[in-house]
Amino acid sequence: MSAVTHEDLHDHHDHGPAKGFLRWVFTTNHKDIGTLYLTTALIMFFVGGAMSLVIRAELFQPGLQFVDPGFFNQMTTLHALIMVFGAVMPAFAGLANWMIPIMIGAPDMALPRLNNWSFWLLPFAFALLASTLFMDGGAPAAGWTLYPPLVLQGGNNLPFAIFSIHLLGISSIMAAINIIVTIFNMRAPGMTMMKLPMFVWTWLITAFLLILVMPVFAGAVTMLLTDKFFGTSFFNAAGGGDPVLYQHLFWFFGHPEVYILILPSFGVVSQIIPTFARKPLFGYSSMVYATASIGLLSFVVWAHHQYTVGMPLAGELYFTYATMLIAVPTGVKVFNWVATMWKGAMTFETPMLFAIAFVVLFTFGGFTGLMMSISPADLQYHDTYFIVAHFHYVLVPGAVFALIAATYFWLPKWTGHMYDERLGKLHFWLTAISVNVLFFPQHFSGLAGMPRRIPDYAVQFAEFNAMSSIGAFIFGFSQLIFVYVIIKAIRGGQPATDEVWEGAAEHGLEWQLPSPPPYHSWEVAPLVK
Amino acid sequence: MRLVRRIAFVAVAMFGFGFAMVPFYNVFCEWTGLNGKVKGEATATGEYRVDASREITLEFITSLNEGMPLAFRAEKSKLKVHPGQYYTVNFYAENLTDRQLTGQAIPSIAPGLFAEYLKKAECFCFSEQKFEPHRERTMPVRFVVDPKIPEEVRDMTLSYTFFDITDRKPN
Repeated sequence: MSAVTHEDLHDHHDHGPAKGFLRWVFTTNHKDIGTLYLTTALIMFFVGGAMSLVIRAELFQPGLQFVDPGFFNQMTTLHALIMVFGAVMPAFAGLANWMIPIMIGAPDMALPRLNNWSFWLLPFAFALLASTLFMDGGAPAAGWTLYPPLVLQGGNNLPFAIFSIHLLGISSIMAAINIIVTIFNMRAPGMTMMKLPMFVWTWLITAFLLILVMPVFAGAVTMLLTDKFFGTSFFNAAGGGDPVLYQHLFWFFGHPEVYILILPSFGVVSQIIPTFARKPLFGYSSMVYATASIGLLSFVVWAHHQYTVGMPLAGELYFTYATMLIAVPTGVKVFNWVATMWKGAMTFETPMLFAIAFVVLFTFGGFTGLMMSISPADLQYHDTYFIVAHFHYVLVPGAVFALIAATYFWLPKWTGHMYDERLGKLHFWLTAISVNVLFFPQHFSGLAGMPRRIPDYAVQFAEFNAMSSIGAFIFGFSQLIFVYVIIKAIRGGQPATDEVWEGAAEHGLEWQLPSPPPYHSWEVAPLVK
Repeated sequence: MRLVRRIAFVAVAMFGFGFAMVPFYNVFCEWTGLNGKVKGEATATGEYRVDASREITLEFITSLNEGMPLAFRAEKSKLKVHPGQYYTVNFYAENLTDRQLTGQAIPSIAPGLFAEYLKKAECFCFSEQKFEPHRERTMPVRFVVDPKIPEEVRDMTLSYTFFDITDRKPN
């Protein structure tokens, strides 16, 4: 496809990265920024993970053992905020930075300086958020949804958490602008919209969701701030406001947000499965339309998070049916992945194992979501461990597995070395088994009525919680293997070929670049047939 | 660059959209009566034809926000009423502290969709209430249920929550 050879690219060594630490501060290179995002996400994944282990240690047995209830609530709140805004979103932003330019044949992102800024806001945002742990009264403890009036009764951590959210919001909006502009303007000749790799398509739609909902969230938390400190009454009933309004604003952001977390995962899996099934993706255009429909539908289903706050019958019916409707495009995607594997010459390297586990376990999480979309049934599931199990199934073996799969898939491309396949497989099996030991029992404790966000529970839930905690610790420590595999591949190992995976060159432009790609790639745009 | 400006404009517009939802929400709720909010003014006007054949059970609930230091109760927890007839129910609140308190009672009526049929002629929730230290006050509510209320409504709940606004309104 392209006339660019190894030798041409190697002539450009004078354009290499600057030396020393400041390279990372001033860099405008999409690969450097991608690496920064991914590294930050990995660190935050362990920070948020450590918090969840505090939660699981406390819940190992009934009664209070390790932490006081206030600190427990701070852990549940920060665990969620850090995993959503610190681990999953930056990790996907990192993948977008690394992969989108080289997948569409662009030399870099369209707005490289903005790109630098959107990354470097993150460490400051997380410093603000983490600093609340050391304050009088501790970190925010009202849950990641920050519902008033509870959240307004906390200490002075609130403005720190809110400014942190503002910075994270600005960062994601700038990253989204950058991605949209890059995809619209920087595609190589011949790379039409309907030839874009699925990962690029899903990120394009995700970027639009970010632009549309992050500002609404920023506005809602700003109202919280003025309610607490400037005497406004947006959500204060005494002054004529309504706390339920916050829930509507939050979930207008919150529901598209869960698709912001999962759509790029769909993209990753749509890249991996065809490569290891050695077939083109089944139903490419239906995949594009399904992703777009999921994006559109995500704006009209928000109140299914609020069935219990009181809604007229017509509202309950509408949100039930609209929510169920999302299962249709999602089902299209799942069937397309299965059809791609059907009669393929499949091999089961680590990225493929994680991708298949994603398809199976994400679908499972989707089904429990369907159960909860039924409003009369949701009254039973609401705020129990059943919902905890549901969203962890779609986020951990969903988004996190997709991220791990993406890392194994592109690591040889990024580092130029094959990772240790034996350790990768060990990591997969430990992770895939422990994640089910961790979250599966929570369905049962939830159906039996165990409430979420409470540090103590009735003794009847003891066995399920003990199982869950054991799973959590195995899952957590298994991720150290992942870090070791990454470091080992960065340090050295068997050199990777340009296409890395057998026949991958047919599946994307990134496999036509050397491994690792030169610091500046596609300076001459490839011609896509 | 034009695309950048357009997208940035959309982002800013969505920030404004969040705030625009506040008045929109209030108008929408007022129009549909979805959240059971009622106007803070008298809506009962004139005489209604008393419908002695129907009886609706009204329940009264009192609660305090953020542990406001009042002892707040209704004279009775339930009252059977005929639509069209005026009734008066007393609410009592005692200030349990040594300082003066100012409170605002916020009413809520369930089911919210029928809130408009419960019409009040007089209510302590129409204005803020001052409580002298350790003094109990009697606060009447005079109301009528509009006889036009649909047949299927047999029970209604009227709830009052007292919010402590002492610090918001320096006396």
